[in-house]
Amino acid sequence: MKVLTRRDFLRVSGITAAGLTLSRLGFDLTPAYVYAAELRTELRIKGAKETPTVCCFCSVGCGILVSTDKSGKVINAEGDPDHPISEGALCAKGASSYQIAVNEKRLSKVRYRAPYSNTWKEVAWEWALGRIASNIKKSRDKSFMEKNADGKVVNRTNGIASVGSAAMDNEECWLYQKFLRSLGLIYIEHQARI
Amino acid sequence: MGSNVAENHPVSFKWIQAAKNKGATFIHVDPRYTRTSAKADIFVRLRSGTDIAFLGGMIKYIIDNNLYDEFSVKNYTNASFIVNPKFSFDDGLFSGYDPTKRSYDQSTWALEKDENGVPKRDMTLQNERCVFQLLKKHYSRYTFEKVVSITGTPQEDLEKVYKAYASTSAPNKAGTVLYAMGWTQHTVGVQNIRAMSIIQILLSNMGIAGGGINALRGESNVQGSTDAALLFHIIPGYMPTPREQWAKLEDYNKTTPSTKDPRSVNWWKNRPKYIASLLKSFYGDKATKDNDFGYAWLPKLDKAQDASWLNLFDQMYNGAFTGFFSWGMNPACSSANAGKVRQALAKLDWMVNVNVFDSETGSFWQGPGLDPKKIKTEVFQLPCAAFLEKEGSISNSGRWMQWRWKAANPPGDAMPDGEIIYDLFKKVQALYKKEKGAFPDPIMNLKWDYETNGKFDIHKVAKEINGYFLEDIKEHPVDKKEYKKGTLVPSFVFLLDDGRTSCGNWIYSASYTEAGNMAARRKKDDPTGLGLYPQWSWAWPVNRRIIYNRASVDVDGNPRDPERAILKWDAVNKKWLGDVPDGPAPPMGTEGVYPFIMKPDGVASIFGPGLKDGPFPEHYEPLECPIEKNIMSSQRINPVIKIFEGAADTFTTCDPKYPFVCSTYRVTEHWQTGVLTRWLPWLVEAEPQMFCEMSLELGKLRGIQNGDRVIVETSRGKVEAVAIVTLRLKPFTIAGQTVHQIGLPWHYGWLQPKDGGESVNLLTPTIGDPNTMIPESKAFMANVTKLTAQPAKKSKKA
Repeated sequence: MKVLTRRDFLRVSGITAAGLTLSRLGFDLTPAYVYAAELRTELRIKGAKETPTVCCFCSVGCGILVSTDKSGKVINAEGDPDHPISEGALCAKGASSYQIAVNEKRLSKVRYRAPYSNTWKEVAWEWALGRIASNIKKSRDKSFMEKNADGKVVNRTNGIASVGSAAMDNEECWLYQKFLRSLGLIYIEHQARI
Repeated sequence: MGSNVAENHPVSFKWIQAAKNKGATFIHVDPRYTRTSAKADIFVRLRSGTDIAFLGGMIKYIIDNNLYDEFSVKNYTNASFIVNPKFSFDDGLFSGYDPTKRSYDQSTWALEKDENGVPKRDMTLQNERCVFQLLKKHYSRYTFEKVVSITGTPQEDLEKVYKAYASTSAPNKAGTVLYAMGWTQHTVGVQNIRAMSIIQILLSNMGIAGGGINALRGESNVQGSTDAALLFHIIPGYMPTPREQWAKLEDYNKTTPSTKDPRSVNWWKNRPKYIASLLKSFYGDKATKDNDFGYAWLPKLDKAQDASWLNLFDQMYNGAFTGFFSWGMNPACSSANAGKVRQALAKLDWMVNVNVFDSETGSFWQGPGLDPKKIKTEVFQLPCAAFLEKEGSISNSGRWMQWRWKAANPPGDAMPDGEIIYDLFKKVQALYKKEKGAFPDPIMNLKWDYETNGKFDIHKVAKEINGYFLEDIKEHPVDKKEYKKGTLVPSFVFLLDDGRTSCGNWIYSASYTEAGNMAARRKKDDPTGLGLYPQWSWAWPVNRRIIYNRASVDVDGNPRDPERAILKWDAVNKKWLGDVPDGPAPPMGTEGVYPFIMKPDGVASIFGPGLKDGPFPEHYEPLECPIEKNIMSSQRINPVIKIFEGAADTFTTCDPKYPFVCSTYRVTEHWQTGVLTRWLPWLVEAEPQMFCEMSLELGKLRGIQNGDRVIVETSRGKVEAVAIVTLRLKPFTIAGQTVHQIGLPWHYGWLQPKDGGESVNLLTPTIGDPNTMIPESKAFMANVTKLTAQPAKKSKKA
């Protein structure tokens, strides 16, 4: 049996309104129901902008199409049918990636917890980055080792460590290790080690 | 083996099903019956931590029954090489062991060379000191009787797997293995994979279509982040991190792999070009020939220092650090012995935590058992953009570097990680400019110019990684062509060691050239018909889709399996057809080059000197195990693992208080510590809470019913869970006694969702593989007891 994709179905049917009506009547477990459910998505993303991306979870590298409306808001995320690895399929996690974009629990402010405090405080980027930079300098200057116990030149910062991150893009990972190594860090680790 | 692909890499599983539809036999070997097992033609169980015994038995079976591929073994491996006469193995120890140092003097693990420095060989494989004979001798000890006794796998199950898998040695058959943390998270993790590598080499399953040893990586870009060397022991492109004994660039370059065999390509001989070009990408014009291209500015490790994860947190626990970045990570849940990590975080002066959602790490100071009023650590929580809110590339398990486009803006003040890093370094540099400070040279001289029209531009970083010509080159030594200053290099083949080129990571060179951004390609031509899609995205190195592909052809360059030809030598036009070959040299013939171009000897290593725990994999019990004696030898545990002896690190073995083998794993609906997925309502609804799987027999033994709440405990900590009493687990018979195994997922944490449960890593030990220091989270000892008989809110079906 030839399996119709949603795109095929739209091509042959041309009856989007009928599909919707059927689904509202609740014809269960019929192909029409499935197509109609998909048609709702299709209507929802009508006129939307589709942007291809790749899933953020495991390393299979499945294609995702993200739809945004005219205001730039994410309104849908689904498998990319043109992608040769996933051919439109996504697992439960990938299929939920819409909820990463549209989620009221997202961190959207820079937060600061002062020593011995029991609360977060929202702060501005400028202030936070300035204070982090001054902390870095303080820790680095205090712990910088030009020569080790053997008297060999090592030029390193012993007092700062870093972990992360396989969640970043290649370019960001490269930039991050350049940043850390310029500071003199040797304790540089991330997910690959665990 | 060592993976649950159907549940943890579900979309890749569709290709396994497609292979099954074409007649492939699918084998699953695991302690637990999973949805992967449900689809397997052959499913067999083994006790966690006994893979080397299982695979050692297979090596013996292949040799005893002459099932190896003789052509490949003789021509493409070191089976015929002669080993140093002082090399030996006795009762679990290889020659050179020093028990006081818990390490080996590896000088006898060497191959003999002739007067020209070329390895000696015996192509008949009969010499008793040749690798093949030593292999045969080593694994002759892995009899069915012993393997059954160690693994708990019945002999008929072993035979079924060995027979089916060994049949793939025929040139027209391919066998592949998919593994994940089920192999790496052991004190013999590297040797688990080595054991399978030896099998794949014996069966000529390397470098062919549908072959190989495939790591199913758990993070979308853990391949790329490793390539970029966010690890202590390497710098970008798998070059070693400078150490104290290599004070000058010249000293560093003296460690470049070398060979005296004219037939070995030894591609690593090019390393001086890659380090010089890397330093140019770091320090730009400030890196000159006269100052060693700024090599002195790179931090150096002590002679044999190991700054890996477990040591890092051990140091932090001991108060060694004042500052810490936890960037896109959640170590308070992801690290082995997470309870120790949480205490360690409280010893810092400051911590920067960058994440998409709040986490147990960022909020550790308000976690269970901790009093914020007593914790000094200053915490900065920086909100970052999610994957679909920025542009850039990631590299999947198959080394495909795929570009992602930006679909939407991040919420509120959140910014892409790259922009945060970029802005933060500018602040640091400005401070050093203003106030000076300790050794400012590497900071002041760093090339940090990734802006277009005043805005951070990720494409400029991508191009930096690919590399540039820094001067006009009238006639390039490689192709005699002219290249202009400021243009992108076509590939790493064009890099030079004299400062005229830059390249941030040589293996990614050719990814962003004058022809454009290769990772962004979306053409689906498939000329070989094997699904290589050479114009979809880009694969490192040089868009080669299957590495070591020269092992797929015979000495004349003809595909050994014409039905699945990934490479073929066109003798008329003198060129290779198909995939990008592993180097352009003509086929091996009788005088050409060997196929494994990254190995100094040019062949695959059956005998593998270089690892800390031996040139052949040997079975040792996990650090925490249920039996008093290793059935294979007097060495119960891996003799070279580092034992942590601090107060937070306790271990128990054969202790009646912790009688059950315990393992950790994942479910489809969550990812890693759940740092993203525990905030997505759809996924939390599907998998709301911590659970513990156990057999019907163990449930009966402990009076635990399906749905009861239980406590799982080790000497490090305890967690609550809902019991799933299920047929999926069964007791093993190990050395004549019954051994129960339990398992728990590692996705939960106290912060979110409420009542979802705690991190299973409160249970796991601080112990690592001696080569990688990856923790042993797949086999440790625990107890499980009933807490209440009240059914959980949402009980699961067995």
